[in-house]
Amino acid sequence: MLLFTRSTRRASAWPPLLPSRRQPRNPLWLGAPRHYSAPATRHGRPFRLAVIGSGPAGFYTAYRTMTRVQDARVDMYEALPVPFGLVRFGVAPDHPEVKNCQDKFEEVASSPNFTFIGNVTVGTASDHPDGAAVSLASLLRRYNAVVFSYGAPKDRALGIPGESLPGVYSAREFVGWYNGLPEHADLAPDLTRGDEAVIIGQGNVALDVARMLLEDVDVLRRSDIAEHAVETLARSKVRRVHIVGRRGPMQAAFTIKEVRELMRLPAVGFHPIDASLVPPDPKALPRAPRRLMDVLLKGSPTPPAEAAKSWSLDFLLSPTAFLPSDPPSDPPRLAAVRFARTTLSSPFDPQAYALPADETAELRTPLAFRSIGYRSAPLPEFAALGIPFSERHGVISNDGRGRVRHEERTPDAAMALGTFPGLYCAGWVKRGPTGVIASTMEDAFATADAIAEDWADASVRFLNEAPGQGQGPDEVNGWDAVRHEMTRGEVNKVVHWEGWKRIDAAERERGAKVGKEREKFTRTAEMLAVLG
Amino acid sequence: MLPRLLPTATRSVRLAGQSVRRYTKPSAAAPLLRAARSRSGPAPARSTTKPAVPQAQTRSFSATAAVSHGHIDPPKPGEELYVTFIDKEGGEHKLAVSKGDNLLDIAQAHDLEMEGACGGSCACSTCHVIVLDQEYYDRMPEPDDDENDMLDLAFGLQETSRLGCQVAMTPELDGLRVKLPSMTRNLQSKDFN
Repeated sequence: MLLFTRSTRRASAWPPLLPSRRQPRNPLWLGAPRHYSAPATRHGRPFRLAVIGSGPAGFYTAYRTMTRVQDARVDMYEALPVPFGLVRFGVAPDHPEVKNCQDKFEEVASSPNFTFIGNVTVGTASDHPDGAAVSLASLLRRYNAVVFSYGAPKDRALGIPGESLPGVYSAREFVGWYNGLPEHADLAPDLTRGDEAVIIGQGNVALDVARMLLEDVDVLRRSDIAEHAVETLARSKVRRVHIVGRRGPMQAAFTIKEVRELMRLPAVGFHPIDASLVPPDPKALPRAPRRLMDVLLKGSPTPPAEAAKSWSLDFLLSPTAFLPSDPPSDPPRLAAVRFARTTLSSPFDPQAYALPADETAELRTPLAFRSIGYRSAPLPEFAALGIPFSERHGVISNDGRGRVRHEERTPDAAMALGTFPGLYCAGWVKRGPTGVIASTMEDAFATADAIAEDWADASVRFLNEAPGQGQGPDEVNGWDAVRHEMTRGEVNKVVHWEGWKRIDAAERERGAKVGKEREKFTRTAEMLAVLG
Repeated sequence: MLPRLLPTATRSVRLAGQSVRRYTKPSAAAPLLRAARSRSGPAPARSTTKPAVPQAQTRSFSATAAVSHGHIDPPKPGEELYVTFIDKEGGEHKLAVSKGDNLLDIAQAHDLEMEGACGGSCACSTCHVIVLDQEYYDRMPEPDDDENDMLDLAFGLQETSRLGCQVAMTPELDGLRVKLPSMTRNLQSKDFN
């Protein structure tokens, strides 16, 4: 239920009047003259921004805001002791070049106007005993603006029988596991039960999972892949990977680079696709689908019959059940996946939808991955604070440029837009969990440009600047004020950038011993142990 | 790998259409203060439609040692090649550069707005440029599969699109003109709500 209803037409109840705990000023922040002219300040105070989440959306928003709003002070909150979000825990270990964007993030973090506040969750308890937490309400009292860029930490489920059988894995968890994400360090996938693996979903995550299963483990060994994953993949018996989708090649979500990469794997064969699903005259297609169809039709240089491992794209199959063996083993395990065959409303239309047909099909496999997308979720405090989250779209409701807003039906107006001064979102929690780093960069920049535009516009309100709210701008001191609301014990758990650099150095040192760029710590306790 | 800092140690501040641009060439790992002093020097080989703004309006983004993006050297006298970038606001920047410099490094060394998120390794599309003259496009070696794969994902793709990191200046390309594509799509709120 919304506690605060608002609309642009009446005096807004946002920001909510939250209890203010007066704290002594931190002298370090006072009277620090800067040599900037034309500073974009209000009430003579610099812009204070909290960014929640340290992935590419958070860093690119911080970066752009700092280049657009002079003297902006940015505090970035991160639940883990280590930064970079999916650049560290999502980008495949054999794509080190994609991680070069970290260089830019390092630059941002080296600014004296930037503070990294790691190992701190916002609005929810830390998932490990050594982590600290602050409430979102506390941040709303201490900043001019807050950017939600915490991504999409859940995954979508198929909602079909047998989804929790041993042998059925979430691709998101598997990716987190091989990338050393502490949350999934104990996944321990069993890849030794048979030759076959089925991946449900045809996006780039599905192709990443396939590549991990098909690629020579000695190539992966030199990447920054987690050591436990190398050991498990070295014992893998998987030889044949099916990547299954409900629709056809013209509708698939993967991009050409990832497909080409799989085609190029040495000694890995690709089973030809059903050519009837490709338009009869592919040359007439627009550039991107034309080139993709070309790669799919050309296939792999190694014929699948001569290859040690092989893979296929299995189209027009919609999963209906994960089946245990019959008679059931004890405990029951996955033995097969059942699908309904589908037909397409229009086979060559990229927007075509799949219609169920009567026919069913089964793939016998002891191993299946569900890779149908990530999912975002509201922070627990959203409901109480009235921050609108669209469950249907899995995003924070926003105006497309990242300004949080709410559409509400009111008796006096058919549709009124509620705005939330000072609240913004960027990245997957803004536009949904799709796209590459370049797309996240773009929408992070769009959010930052909206922030800068608003800050330059005296008629646009931000948090904690309206007089009579019981808290003057002097208390809008960002982290310096927030930490005074935490216990000393909690504050001591915080990992700042210097702490991360020590963890980083320790990981690189571990890596150097085994010929890798880094050997990640996969437990938060190990990360924190570096800091003593 | 060396830490890659902002395009120059003297990253300009842009506020509401105001732009501060200067050609700076901080030496590798030059302390900020030294780099900052170098700003007061002349702006060689640089012409821009943007008005120059006094030095007091520039500021540093980073307080740590700076390494220039791109590692490009100013051209030797008499060996200058010229390339013109047209930025997202339509401003023209004619730059004198050396043979072998690629467009990403050039843009970053001159503080033009080009990201190069993957560090010039042809793994993203953030250094997308549009070659304005077909004739110049035809003089370039053809893009390989990897570059084309990335271009397929670029916004505002044109027949003469290239990735800046893959185009190195040669004498044949002297006088090249490229446009930086407008980055933001026309986002509609209905796309999100």
